[in-house]
Amino acid sequence: MIAAWHVDVAIIGGGTAGCSAALALRKRGLTVALFERRTVGSQASGVNYGGVRQQGRHPAELPLSRRSREIWPRLPDIIGDDCEFAATGHLKLARTEAQMADLEAFAAFAAEHGLEIRMMGANALADAYPGMVSGVVGGSLCPSDGQANPRLVAPAFARAAARAGAEIHEHEAVTGVARDAAGFRLETDRGGRFTAGSLINVAGAWADRVAKWFGERAPIQAMAPNMMVSEPVPYRLPVNIGVCGAGLYVRQIPRGNLIFGGGKGWADRHRMVARPMADVSYSASARLAETLPWAADATVIRSWSGIEGYFEDEIPVIGPSTTTPGLVHAFGFSGHGFQLGPAIGEIVTELVVDGRTSTPIDAFSISRFQHAGHRAA
Amino acid sequence: MVERVVIVGAGPAGVRAAQTLAAAGLRPTLLDEAPATGGQIYRRQPAPFRRPYKTLYGFDAAKARQVHTAFDGLDGAVDHRARTLVWSLEGQRLCLMHEGGTENLSFDRLILATGAMDRVIPLPGWTLPGVYTLGGAQVALKHQACAIGERTCFVGSSPLLPYVAYQYARAGAGVAGIIDTTPRADKLRALPDLLAAAGTGAKGLYYMGWLASRGLRYRHAGIPIRIEGESHVTGVVVRMAGGRERHIACDAVAIGYGLKCEHQLADLAGCDFRFDSSNRQWVVAQDGVGRTSVAGIYVAGDGAVIRGADAAELAGERAALTVLEDIGRPVDRARVQKIDRRIAGIDRFRRGLETAFAYPHHLARDMADHVILCRCEAVTAGEVRHAVTQLGAHDINRAKAFCRVGMGRCQGRVCGPAAAEVIAGALQRPIEAAGRLRGQAPIKPVPISALADAAADLTVAA
Repeated sequence: MIAAWHVDVAIIGGGTAGCSAALALRKRGLTVALFERRTVGSQASGVNYGGVRQQGRHPAELPLSRRSREIWPRLPDIIGDDCEFAATGHLKLARTEAQMADLEAFAAFAAEHGLEIRMMGANALADAYPGMVSGVVGGSLCPSDGQANPRLVAPAFARAAARAGAEIHEHEAVTGVARDAAGFRLETDRGGRFTAGSLINVAGAWADRVAKWFGERAPIQAMAPNMMVSEPVPYRLPVNIGVCGAGLYVRQIPRGNLIFGGGKGWADRHRMVARPMADVSYSASARLAETLPWAADATVIRSWSGIEGYFEDEIPVIGPSTTTPGLVHAFGFSGHGFQLGPAIGEIVTELVVDGRTSTPIDAFSISRFQHAGHRAA
Repeated sequence: MVERVVIVGAGPAGVRAAQTLAAAGLRPTLLDEAPATGGQIYRRQPAPFRRPYKTLYGFDAAKARQVHTAFDGLDGAVDHRARTLVWSLEGQRLCLMHEGGTENLSFDRLILATGAMDRVIPLPGWTLPGVYTLGGAQVALKHQACAIGERTCFVGSSPLLPYVAYQYARAGAGVAGIIDTTPRADKLRALPDLLAAAGTGAKGLYYMGWLASRGLRYRHAGIPIRIEGESHVTGVVVRMAGGRERHIACDAVAIGYGLKCEHQLADLAGCDFRFDSSNRQWVVAQDGVGRTSVAGIYVAGDGAVIRGADAAELAGERAALTVLEDIGRPVDRARVQKIDRRIAGIDRFRRGLETAFAYPHHLARDMADHVILCRCEAVTAGEVRHAVTQLGAHDINRAKAFCRVGMGRCQGRVCGPAAAEVIAGALQRPIEAAGRLRGQAPIKPVPISALADAAADLTVAA
């Protein structure tokens, strides 16, 4: 029998969370092996809209989001690639007075966390963005928010981690893990056998399976963003836009393409397939044409989707296992994990190395799903 | 229950499929982007034009007339929807765009007769105004009676090369040069296979002879090095068979290297593909009589296998007969056998064509780093190689994600084959290792306003 290869930490899942963890762990001097059954960043991390947004976060997520925001502009130093991050601001638009009140409430909450959000009435919007938007009563602008290119981020973290000495195993799926006195024993579909002192479960929409190996329940669902991109049109939209009610989000990159989405596509996480749906594309396009009438003549050149892990309470699981020492979870970012990804690597590294993190994560404990009658089958 | 059979593409394959289904009493729906049936090869001229068939289609005049007449004779037996783009497919329904609006159309069985387009190999200057594909140059002449320039240089390796040059010269347009990248020896080697389909093979020889008799020399083994010009084409530099470089002054260039299947809808339908090493492209896997790996989805014509219009007519009819078999209708066995025999004969001719007009893939693989490979996104060959060797892109989809090759308006329909060669070269692996660009809707650009209108329709329907 071939002896298993030993690493300090094994990571299951090659999204931004896993790849940033691989890099952060190497920086703390640990040996790391990351397993990704396809290619790094090919699901939720790579197919999302590309919003780098703190505004509108679940209150529990804001400290995490603030921490991640500190990392984004430093990506060139950390991973040697800016991933097209630009602090363009994020403008959330309200179509009703009730939505406007929600935005105001969030702005007040954000201020307590030192995050500046400016309320803008219809006149202020018209002054700041003449002829840009219609059908809205106002909005709120978070100037420090922005956007980046999702396709680049996880691979860039993976390359940086590999340069730092991490083993990145693409096209290699972990088929089973056992825990014994020596630590975790992993087997892969390519016949690989590894042992690890610690295990990080960042397997996205498939992380419930890993949790279940350790008797933990995670009622994750697959969600597919319904994304579209237009041909390049003259650059006009300097800010990342979201419309209250999640019917539309849209940004324009300097090369001119409008990237937009809204609603949910179709996904089958077991077959690992997802696709946008025409009826959903119709609705998002209608919302775009109403909100940015000048954009309606542009043509859509591509649509896409991918699989995101989603919890009904719309916040992720982050934190130590409740059953197994040495196991740390971070998954189920419910469609808004892109901005958080760079910080997740640091946080899980702190949990593994220090046993604690300075960022509040109690709300994300997997224990919230472990109540009576809901034990993992 | 009456089967709803939909055919996409009203070229020779689609028209014959429609005719066959109509004859069996089904009323198929025939969708096509063009205003009239005929496809690319038998494209009809716009209404005010009165050019005779012989002028438009030359030796193929009789065939063109037969295809047109076959369709026109169907009258109300086919639900023909012209100017209709099929931009997506979801399960058992198609997403259509027609006159600025979109709608969905359900089907039980679908015959994809979506045809082919020119395969191009980018070279310096190919993005200049005045550079067209051979097929594009032909459409300008056939459809609008326009030449792409006053003095056009024809370049490439394609059965279209002698044909389009001949059509231009015949129409009185200036021909600045005809450069075939294939050596003459390969032409001669292919002759036995070409002459197996006597009429078709002889046509090519006739065009070459006709051109020569007008002093228009058909040059073999010439390699286009670059297209020159500032704001428009002014010439082409070609390395001739002897190795000497020669500048050919011209104001337009028509270029092409055979055809590539248009099979995006089959891809969206989830059909399996296989790599056809004989002409270095991915094709829809099928059982030879039109059935794909997905039940209810059939392919026919050049969108399935590149073998020309005659075979497309037969394959269209054959796929329709397969549909009839599959829904339990009686079919004429003798006719089925005859079609299968004739298609087999054409296959030999096709092998000959692939020798006579070899795809010079090394021109793509060895493309200089500075050449713009993807014109939609202005991505150079060097940037694609960098994505492979420095960023770890292991196939064409990953290269697309990293450097945007094939990510623009045409979604890689134009640059895809050459990009795959560049990527395979950088990987130092066989071409099939570069993989196949994943199909994503829309197959062709659709205005946001058209999609938005469909949402309004949905609301009304609800």
